[in-house]
Amino acid sequence: MTRYLVWGASWLFILLVLVTPPAMVLTEALKDGLGASLATLSDPDAQSAIWLTLRVSVVAVVLNTIFGILAAWVLVKFRFPGRQFLQILVELPLSISPVVSGLVWLLLFGAQGWFGPTLERWNIHIAFAVPGIILATLFVTLPYVVRTVMPVMEVQGRDAEEAAVLAGAGFWQVLWHVTLPGVRGALLSGVLLTTARALGEFGAVSVVSGHIPGETETMPLHIENLYNGYQSVAAFTMAALLAFMAMSAVLLRSAPDWIARLQEKKA
Amino acid sequence: MSIEVCNLVRLAPGTQQRLLDDVSLKVPDGAFVALVGPSGAGKTTLLRAIAGLDGCNSGSVLLDDRPMTSVKDRAGRMGFVFQNYALFPHMTVARNIAFGLDVLPRGERPARSAIAKRVEELLELMQLQGMGGKHPAKLSGGQRQRVALARALATGPRVLLLDEPFGALDPIVRRSIRTWLRELHDTLGLTTILVTHDQEEALEIADRIVVMQSGRIMQDASPQDLDEQPATEFVMEFLGEAVSFSGEVRHGRMIADDALVLPFAVPEGVTDGPITAMIRPYEMTIKKPGSAQDVLSLYAAPRGTRNGYRHYTLQLGERIIPFYRPVEAADAQVQGVALDISRARLFRQGLLCG
Repeated sequence: MTRYLVWGASWLFILLVLVTPPAMVLTEALKDGLGASLATLSDPDAQSAIWLTLRVSVVAVVLNTIFGILAAWVLVKFRFPGRQFLQILVELPLSISPVVSGLVWLLLFGAQGWFGPTLERWNIHIAFAVPGIILATLFVTLPYVVRTVMPVMEVQGRDAEEAAVLAGAGFWQVLWHVTLPGVRGALLSGVLLTTARALGEFGAVSVVSGHIPGETETMPLHIENLYNGYQSVAAFTMAALLAFMAMSAVLLRSAPDWIARLQEKKA
Repeated sequence: MSIEVCNLVRLAPGTQQRLLDDVSLKVPDGAFVALVGPSGAGKTTLLRAIAGLDGCNSGSVLLDDRPMTSVKDRAGRMGFVFQNYALFPHMTVARNIAFGLDVLPRGERPARSAIAKRVEELLELMQLQGMGGKHPAKLSGGQRQRVALARALATGPRVLLLDEPFGALDPIVRRSIRTWLRELHDTLGLTTILVTHDQEEALEIADRIVVMQSGRIMQDASPQDLDEQPATEFVMEFLGEAVSFSGEVRHGRMIADDALVLPFAVPEGVTDGPITAMIRPYEMTIKKPGSAQDVLSLYAAPRGTRNGYRHYTLQLGERIIPFYRPVEAADAQVQGVALDISRARLFRQGLLCG
């Protein structure tokens, strides 16, 4: 009996907290019908926001995946002075408020920042421009690949890599043929979490972007803008699209499990 | 291929503790050497240093008189088998075995068909026919171990290094794979170094046994020499059950402190003074003493039979010692007798004497 109560309570809670908001977003978006809703997406500012978000996410995901793999590898497989500290450092973005992470970049590259005036002279714009948005997103999404890959590498141990080295494999061959295939599940997980976070980041990006519609507005910023301007259909359509993109990234995470299960059933 | 280790020293990272303390070892071409010792003795450390997996603080490793500086120098010339197999779980057995060939630079890599042929050969040699398409997870421990061996042998190395390769196998598989490995060593003409903590395994399979303790080589000898002339008390203890008797040598005779032990003549060259005699439980015999006042009773409690010996425990004053007798003689009288330990090895300050 208690079991069913707990089971029911869990589901109720999940429905209320997790399922209702996206459902509400979708209803609001479709309030005036699908046509009206889709029409708002053809607005140039909306399209620019979508493209900017995709571009920033791709760059952040690619860079953080490469860095994340190497960082996890170094942290797990080697013992060196400062290792503990580096491990804590990697998790920093998880604990720092995104707004603060955005502010840091402004302090460095803003008009009054440390490097801002110098870069300005060379006509390089980072704050209130796309590079700033990318930097802020990189910072916020840095821990995900490292943190998901590390525990699996830990379990993997060094033996297989050493066996590969003794068989004559070079550094990249070991990484590509032995280490990465062993952690591919976790890696996919980390990449998709990074993607979801990169798509949706608001705080850090908001501080550095300067909210220039059509130029430095990502989807989350554009949604806020639309909502504040009482364009609720447009705002919610964009929100629904963003939610859909992020959710498909997260759903993709479990795809390998499904495929494996299907293959098992066939076998 | 001969292997020579010269004055190897390895310190535990960040400390002054010596994991390998000035170790030198010569393994001639075609030898089968076992490194034995308690855990922490440095045997795996030595094997890894020979393979180049861990560096050393000083000393060198020579392969056919040529110094090996990095793992790269050794790649393809030394096969290494890890205790837990270290197979690549995402690759099939065939891909695992072919790995050393697959990673060769394009110019040196054999053609795909040649690799496939080599894999087939190795599968057959390892008695794994038809297993090439399976993943390691589907194999038994013994099969995995043989895949690991096949992978280590794929590039045709002349040296095989084995780190406790049978540790995870059950006793029956262990015994059969042991004999099979020895045959493999002989047919392929390999030079093999095996690390094991099981001294019986070492005695059975190797031509030479290197006993290690706290990062040093205590003795390097054939199984027979090791049994007859263990260099130290530790070696004697490590190679099998041993009972020790303290006593004194007086006028060329060893007189044990235990009253029930018969005095015996020591070899020439053993001077008078305190001494320790160590003996295997099956080397002790019981005898009717010569003079009447020595007649004492031993209490022997039977403890089952193994390998043709009946095991007893003897109450000898304060302590209880093991004592084995051949099954044929097992029921003989144990009343009114004394212990004859004249086959014991004699040690002073831990070292063999005489």
